[in-house]
Amino acid sequence: MAIMPGADPREVETPLFAPEAAEATEAGAAKPRGLLRRGWEVFAENRLALASLGVLVFMVLFCFVGPLIYHTDQVHTNLTDSLCPPSASHPLGCDNVGYDQLGRLMVGGQTSLEVGFAAAIVAVIIGTLYGAFSGFIGGPIDSFLMRIVDAGLSIPYIMVVVILSVVFHPDTVIMIFIIAVFYWLGVARLVRGETLSLRTREYVQAVKVLGGRNSRAVVRHIVPNAIGTIIVQTTFAIADSIIILAGLGFLGLGVQPPATDWGDMLSGGLQYLQSGTNYWWLIYPAGIAIILTCIAFNFIGDALRDSFETRLQRR
Amino acid sequence: MIGFLIRRILQALLVLFLVTVFTLALVHLFPGGPIRSLLGPRATPQQVAHYNQVYGFDQPFYVQYIKWVGQILHGNLGFSTKLNQSVTSLIAQDLPKTIVLVVLGTVVSLLFGIPLGLYQAVKRYTTGDYVLTGISFLGYATPTFFVALLLVEWFSIDVPLFPPFAPQGSTIGQILSDPRALVLPVAAYSFVLYALWSRYMRSSVMDNLVQDYVRTARAKGASERRVLWGHVFRNSLMSIITLLGLSLPTLVAGAIFIEVVFNYPGMGLAFYNAALNVDYQVLLGFTLIATLATIIGNLLADVGYAVLDPRVRYN
Repeated sequence: MAIMPGADPREVETPLFAPEAAEATEAGAAKPRGLLRRGWEVFAENRLALASLGVLVFMVLFCFVGPLIYHTDQVHTNLTDSLCPPSASHPLGCDNVGYDQLGRLMVGGQTSLEVGFAAAIVAVIIGTLYGAFSGFIGGPIDSFLMRIVDAGLSIPYIMVVVILSVVFHPDTVIMIFIIAVFYWLGVARLVRGETLSLRTREYVQAVKVLGGRNSRAVVRHIVPNAIGTIIVQTTFAIADSIIILAGLGFLGLGVQPPATDWGDMLSGGLQYLQSGTNYWWLIYPAGIAIILTCIAFNFIGDALRDSFETRLQRR
Repeated sequence: MIGFLIRRILQALLVLFLVTVFTLALVHLFPGGPIRSLLGPRATPQQVAHYNQVYGFDQPFYVQYIKWVGQILHGNLGFSTKLNQSVTSLIAQDLPKTIVLVVLGTVVSLLFGIPLGLYQAVKRYTTGDYVLTGISFLGYATPTFFVALLLVEWFSIDVPLFPPFAPQGSTIGQILSDPRALVLPVAAYSFVLYALWSRYMRSSVMDNLVQDYVRTARAKGASERRVLWGHVFRNSLMSIITLLGLSLPTLVAGAIFIEVVFNYPGMGLAFYNAALNVDYQVLLGFTLIATLATIIGNLLADVGYAVLDPRVRYN
């Protein structure tokens, strides 16, 4: 029945930054190397991906180590500093209640990165297991399980997360589940597709013949062989989760104050832009942080897909 | 073909059933149930029990479901006590304005995305391709609302060319009577969609360029121009048409953020206000309508693909 490719164009793209050197098979390959090692070689040839990895390391250090070096009060408001422009004492200025923007960027970044990572991992684990079991079992059960996925995916994602945020007034932990609770559906569909082709392989058939249980076939054979797709999907899921969290924060439905995230910081900027005043330091830092992080994850996802593409690997 | 249509429609109906069950279940998620969220925390348990009885929330779920679906089939999507207006009339009032925004934004983004995606595929791996790829990656990684914020900052604060607010008014005529105010909302909306179409068009054209029919056309002496526009372009457009049908959730999400940033008086803004006011009837009614549109969009995309592509088999 599936006559359409996924709506996400990232899934159908031909590798864009395919390193051309990978075709050259060196005759002198001494000893066989593991999948991860060969994958890393392909990855390391992609300079964009390496730069992205650098950006991410920087972001993590900035958000989690930064506050240890650059001390700011992100709990108590300080109205005398309200909306002060960037200066020596506040390199990125202050927001409307006097929080130092640079320090806020670090604290907000912690939330964005933590929720992004955790939500993506929760969603990918659930989606992988669901999709793999559904595809492996097949028949009417698979058909029904996939209709549930279809139903979930036809509810516009943003509307669901908005409603759930209204209902639960989320803290960081609840936020992770709000984002994951519908995101796994897309992963499930993708992994199921992968499973359909894997389950006819001899080694999976062998498990059946040898009397192995379904769960063994799925967990020990199908999931490990789909791991490339799954890891790539995780990187995209992190980027998407960060953007969704930012969207909720921007709408004022994100984590509760005094916690913040990058999107929440942007919503402060909107009010002042609409009143016609140019408080640029309220929008550029947080916006650029979101974009850099998400582009980095997208590039890394692309490069990882090439890495797991065995045809591109040197043996 | 007829069999395929019937099967596909039955599937859509099953999905619709699951979605409606899920939506009604959402009502019960509201803290203390729907009546408590309506009456507020100071209502006595007796009052809550009374209204639960009046609205039928004390009955078994399946009874509630049947009554609720009956109401919907009569065009009654609930009543917003916060706005003192029925959800149906709210939709009738706001939907046309949102459609104006969505159609304008989609058309503009297609006008850029299709030709530029084609250009990228023909000139792949050149500087022009890389630059445009960079731009569409930016489009992916940038949240819609940040694009909107930047446009306001640049073209309405720094260089006051356009007003920072969308045209206000209750009719389409009033919206269209102020085209200058429409420029920024439509531009922000189309930028994000542009990334989607151009990436898709690029990979679709690249897939088509290596097909046998292209070689045949060239072998018969067709000019490169004829090959491109007479053969490849038409076939690549097919996947864009189906993608349009699948993109409704993206369109909805974009509309919500654009309407919030520019205060555009459409369904997205009404949905946002309902979220802030915990107006659950509006939230659920709007979600249901958007979901219904998505299901129909998916159905049309599948059927359209089957009709347009003679290679698709119906079993």
